[in-house]
Amino acid sequence: MNANGNARKDAHWPAIRFTVNGESRTVNVPPMKRLLDVLREDLHLTGTKEGCGEGECGSCSVRMNDELVNSCLVPVLQAEGAEIQTVEGLALDGELHPLQEAFLRNGGAQCGICTPGMLMAAAQLLAHSPHPSEAEIREALAGNLCRCTGFVRIFASIASAAGASESEPAQEPIGQSDLERTQHAR
Amino acid sequence: MRGNAEMHELVAPGSLDAVLDLLAAEPGQWTPIAGGTELMVAFSAGRLNAHKLVNLWGIPDLRAIEVTPQSVAIGAAATFLDLRKHAVVNAEFPLLARAASWIGSVANQSRATLGGNLVNGSPAADSSPVLLAYDAEIETISVRDRRKVPYSEFHTGYKRNVLAADELLYAIHLPRRFACHRQYLRKVGTRRAMAIAKVALGASALLEQGVIREIRLGAASVAPYPTRLKQTEAALLGQALTRETVLAARRALLAEVQPIDDIRSTAEYRRRVAVNLLEEFLLELRREGSRP
Repeated sequence: MNANGNARKDAHWPAIRFTVNGESRTVNVPPMKRLLDVLREDLHLTGTKEGCGEGECGSCSVRMNDELVNSCLVPVLQAEGAEIQTVEGLALDGELHPLQEAFLRNGGAQCGICTPGMLMAAAQLLAHSPHPSEAEIREALAGNLCRCTGFVRIFASIASAAGASESEPAQEPIGQSDLERTQHAR
Repeated sequence: MRGNAEMHELVAPGSLDAVLDLLAAEPGQWTPIAGGTELMVAFSAGRLNAHKLVNLWGIPDLRAIEVTPQSVAIGAAATFLDLRKHAVVNAEFPLLARAASWIGSVANQSRATLGGNLVNGSPAADSSPVLLAYDAEIETISVRDRRKVPYSEFHTGYKRNVLAADELLYAIHLPRRFACHRQYLRKVGTRRAMAIAKVALGASALLEQGVIREIRLGAASVAPYPTRLKQTEAALLGQALTRETVLAARRALLAEVQPIDDIRSTAEYRRRVAVNLLEEFLLELRREGSRP
């Protein structure tokens, strides 16, 4: 569809404003459109995946106003004024987030469909509980399903990221200073 | 068939008064939506019948949790994460905090609301057995008035309740008098997270000199809607907790519940598990007394 066609069509819909990964965005879309679809189709942020489309699998997890949500269950009108972080907001200036590094190093990703949701659920956990227990990790990830890894490597990745950010900054490519620089997105 | 967002109107009047005005102006036309964990599932699947929706998410009056000396008033749009984090809920209504922790997963608990759980009216609702055990009261609101009904009378049939077309569920009131009661909650499902109950039982009881002075039993997935087990309570009230009493209570429960066969379980399994949960609670009560 050309740009003019879009403009005419979109003029029907009210402007909805929110920030995504620190950038303010305005969309003119039907208020019931799912946040997931707005992110993927209107903002071209395709890192957020659709799995089940009914809030069971966690693939579409994003952080909204410092809470983890399934973006398939959020009508975009309810995101008005919200601060949203997607998986695209984890890496900073081309440097991977410690969680992403840890997933790479520990084999926490296989086919990759669940990975963005896993990363966002893990980021939500570490933002509030920097040194989670095994049980806390499992609870925080209980709504994110993976059909490849068997979960153990995902849990190990998160434990490793949590440990690395504190105890081994010198050996890690991503250190404490980077963690501080990503605060805007946490 | 996928839901089409263009086929559904969603408005956000902003304030509670403005929402109530809209409901009064066109009663029955508007479907309130809060956290969307139920309605958006239907929408995604293309089976959301409501075409006009009014937003409740983000209205502060509806999300407040107010504590007075007599009660805790939970705004209908308080989320399950709000409940899990609340100090008085954790201290005095631990079953509610526990039920909240079993609902879906973190991403559902951050959006799903207590009022939504009740209005949705699933027979398997996680919060219902707890609210029945705690003798909760429901407060409704409309432009006409506010009224209160016992939660045990809120559901009137499968997915039906006492709300009029222009009314909203406003708050859930929990009386602060259960600190000395033995409290019990167990949900039997396939998995701890993301699973719907095959059977759940919530209970509170007061035992004095070995005699049951007060008892409330709330059950999920044994009837068309969450329900107090009043016949079973009657078989226990004023009785000493003997083996005969337990057997009589088991019989009363089996006569009272009406579970069904469905994709999650069978009626027979549900009956057996329900009586076993009751017995587990009664034995715990006898062994440890009422004070938790």
